[in-house]
Amino acid sequence: MRLLEYQGKELFDEFGIRIPRSHLAHTVDEAREGGNKLGYPLVIKSQLTVGGRGKAGAIVKCKSQDELELKFDELLHKEVKGELPLSILLEEMAEIKKELYLSLYLNRSKRCYSLISSAEGGVDIENTGSKVMVDIPIEGLSPQDAEDTADKLGLEGETVVSYVDFTTKLSMLVNEKEAELAEINPVAILKDGSIMALDAKVIIDDNAMFRHPELKKYEYVSEIQKQAEVSGFSLVELDGNIAIIGNGAGLVMSTLDMVSDAGGKAGAFLDFGGRATTETIYEALKVISKIKNIEAILVNLFGGIVRTNLVAQAILDAYNNNLMNVPVFGRISGADSEKAREMLQGSKAKLYNTVEEAIHAAVSTLSNSKGSR
Amino acid sequence: MTTTVEKTFNIFDILVGTERDKDFGRKPVVIQGMTGSYGSTHSRLMKAYGTNICAGVTPGKGGQRFEGTPVYNTMREAVEATGAQISGIFVPAQFFLKAAIEAIESGIKLLVAIPEHIPIRDAIKVLEYARENGARMIGPNTPGVIVPEIMKVGIMPAQPFKAGATVVFSRSGTLMYDVSYNLTSKGYGQRLCLGIGGDPINGTNLIEAFDLVRDRNDVDSIVVVGEIGGDAEEQLAQYIIRTNFVKPVIAYIAGRAAPKEKRMGHAGAIVYGNYGSAESKISNYAKANVPVAKRPAEVPELLANKLRK
Repeated sequence: MRLLEYQGKELFDEFGIRIPRSHLAHTVDEAREGGNKLGYPLVIKSQLTVGGRGKAGAIVKCKSQDELELKFDELLHKEVKGELPLSILLEEMAEIKKELYLSLYLNRSKRCYSLISSAEGGVDIENTGSKVMVDIPIEGLSPQDAEDTADKLGLEGETVVSYVDFTTKLSMLVNEKEAELAEINPVAILKDGSIMALDAKVIIDDNAMFRHPELKKYEYVSEIQKQAEVSGFSLVELDGNIAIIGNGAGLVMSTLDMVSDAGGKAGAFLDFGGRATTETIYEALKVISKIKNIEAILVNLFGGIVRTNLVAQAILDAYNNNLMNVPVFGRISGADSEKAREMLQGSKAKLYNTVEEAIHAAVSTLSNSKGSR
Repeated sequence: MTTTVEKTFNIFDILVGTERDKDFGRKPVVIQGMTGSYGSTHSRLMKAYGTNICAGVTPGKGGQRFEGTPVYNTMREAVEATGAQISGIFVPAQFFLKAAIEAIESGIKLLVAIPEHIPIRDAIKVLEYARENGARMIGPNTPGVIVPEIMKVGIMPAQPFKAGATVVFSRSGTLMYDVSYNLTSKGYGQRLCLGIGGDPINGTNLIEAFDLVRDRNDVDSIVVVGEIGGDAEEQLAQYIIRTNFVKPVIAYIAGRAAPKEKRMGHAGAIVYGNYGSAESKISNYAKANVPVAKRPAEVPELLANKLRK
């Protein structure tokens, strides 16, 4: 779960990591109130889960209340990478002497947590030359390692002390809240040498959420996602018109690639996991039926345990109950596939021997129907 | 946190043993969580395949029998009674940490960690504890491991696999079956198929998996089924170059058409910027002279080309 900036900063505050004075606003009235509290100039920041806010113009400086009212409304309606904000964060302008980059993250290849820091903040870390990296033991970052990192970054005096305090607290947060990532870009070194987090990108390990009821309030799930989750499905909504359903994440991804290679566009990715029963397939079709713009469903099932007649039954039930009306193209390898074919005779669903054939049929059916309109 | 690989670990000795062993091909396996619905279904299927499921462990159910197999309360009792070195873990994710630590403490050398949704910190803790005790973990979030026509520890169906000289390592379950099925139907049987797992942390990563088979005479080629996310494929490509790995290697990568910053079903299948992207993996494989199939069905064709050379 990726936290919004203000949510990450709430956690920072809880752990004693310094953040600017701020005010969260959903309406212009709330923003005005915030402006009165914080004073001008201030900065307003769109609260989004996607990156690249700065470049997209979703972080704006406001010098007066008039400017705030104008810009706040603009930001609230500004879409960045397809996402609209639900709230805007107002923050005091910090008196910055220098900016740093700091990130604690799950290092997958080393299979541990690592800290990466740079004396150049506010820029893309991938393009930064002077990076300092240190691996973190499972217990957390030691003050000694933090101090060594500060030395390597060329920090001096009070700032070293602040940096050690700041990074060890961040490490504590990562451990206790089970974050996969806590990235701060930039970290500001203020005029007095102390340091402060100007941004917050925190990702919590979804699989550890059962141990963190206190973070539930940050969870935002759409109705469709919620329904998928309850059924134990993995669902990703995409922007095409072919829904892809299968029994395994890798298999569904692979089908997505082949659909794209064949010139089709996937509108949904749904992995329903290991159990291919009539009920699970029916549930999966139900979830898909709620997604807009789906014009065809591609079912790719593989595995000896799949009973294909059960799958066929689910598809028939979905048509009979008017759950959906779009054609289904299936590749279902498993027991009883002859019987499944017979069951689907006369319906809008058809089974194919290979996934390639099913994809080809789906893509050409859709492009033909477009052409005849 | 060391990244050194314990090269002496011989997975074949542990899974099937050597022909001198009295229990060659019948090495005892304990199933943790055998009485649950998932554990019981697959214990039955594993037995039917030829795996010597010698005991199950479910706290509170010790003394019972499950279809003739004794159930114990603790791993210590199960291992003492059977001498097993292998454990298949089928417990729900929230009980995994405790179950895995208990298995290692009781002397298990190979843990096959089936469950999905294990917290990252739990996986790291188990991995570190396993290293300290000379044990190895496969998974988590893996279909398991199969030595075709001899035994399997996991949830894979039997029908896609056939004995032979190719090895399949896969980050995805169903794709391991699909690719193996494609190989089998074109006459390429498998010596070993092992699920690396779909999580960001793998108990046995691709490089360690390659070390398991690099010097074996009964293995003539390797197929790596990868997917977007992380840099396991990139690291593997470098390893192939650095160590001058000579056996033919064919790769497949799922998720070329997946959007960035979206988790595609597996916890580990997510791209951030270029990190974890299919392009990055494919270009690294190209440097290591590893052909990448565009579809699972293309894998045997590419393998045939490589083996002919």
